[in-house]
Amino acid sequence: MLRSLRISQIYVLDQDQALDFYVGKLGLEVASDVDLGFMRFLTVNVPGEPERQILLEKPGPPMIDPETTEQVRDLLTRGRTGGHLFFTTDDAAQSFDELRGRGVEITQEPTQQAYGIDFGLRDPFGNHIRVAQMSTVPVAAG
Amino acid sequence: MSRAIEETNRRLLRARDAMDRAYPEVLDVTALAEIAVMSEAHFIRCFRDAFGETPHRYLQRRRVERAMYLLRRTDRSVTDVCLDVGFASLGTFSRTFREVVGESPSRYRQGGGAEARPPAAAAVPTCFAMAWGRPSSFGEAAPRRSG
Repeated sequence: MLRSLRISQIYVLDQDQALDFYVGKLGLEVASDVDLGFMRFLTVNVPGEPERQILLEKPGPPMIDPETTEQVRDLLTRGRTGGHLFFTTDDAAQSFDELRGRGVEITQEPTQQAYGIDFGLRDPFGNHIRVAQMSTVPVAAG
Repeated sequence: MSRAIEETNRRLLRARDAMDRAYPEVLDVTALAEIAVMSEAHFIRCFRDAFGETPHRYLQRRRVERAMYLLRRTDRSVTDVCLDVGFASLGTFSRTFREVVGESPSRYRQGGGAEARPPAAAAVPTCFAMAWGRPSSFGEAAPRRSG
């Protein structure tokens, strides 16, 4: 049966800008960056976890027709494509301070949740990201 | 579509995120339009085009969603809950809550709010719980099931 989740995908509007953000600010590593001619295959991963990659895909022809591309870009910038990433950290407060210091757009400050302490941010394009310090024991929170 | 519209979308999303984050605070349209870097009238129009409801309504739903949570999970009085989530007047709170949820805050509390309680909240990342747990603005409250 299925063994692992190897690559998942989110849309980005600009892959260089995506690298600045996901590598330069979030601290991910480039797993592959290959110009295939018809597309730039760009994936990143959490350091030390190369077996789980995120494809940073730029919507456009020939994959998607120009009109649909515009729709995807429109939805993405309105936060409507459903692009979500959920990372974990050992120390939410420290990660929050670091990322805020790097000018990342914060959507929610560190908050106690049922599953731990987490905070929210957005990438430059509209994808939503959460970073959680997971607790081992569930606690009541909203 | 021009890249200018994408930039506008992104600024509108930033204003919407501010409502999700700072819902208990005084968030008037002046402050929100400033975040979106546009005039107030233009902001309201663009926001409705982008998200299907006015910024005012979006903020109300965010506040009502938090009120629903506090009503079913805490013992705070209805008045305290009203103030906690950013409503300045109990009358507006009760009227808005009824519009959105379909019953008054106290009746909602008596009913236990069972329909809105996710069965496994512990496993659901907050962004999803927040977005999906919010009462709908599109068609408004469905009649509450009896029994």
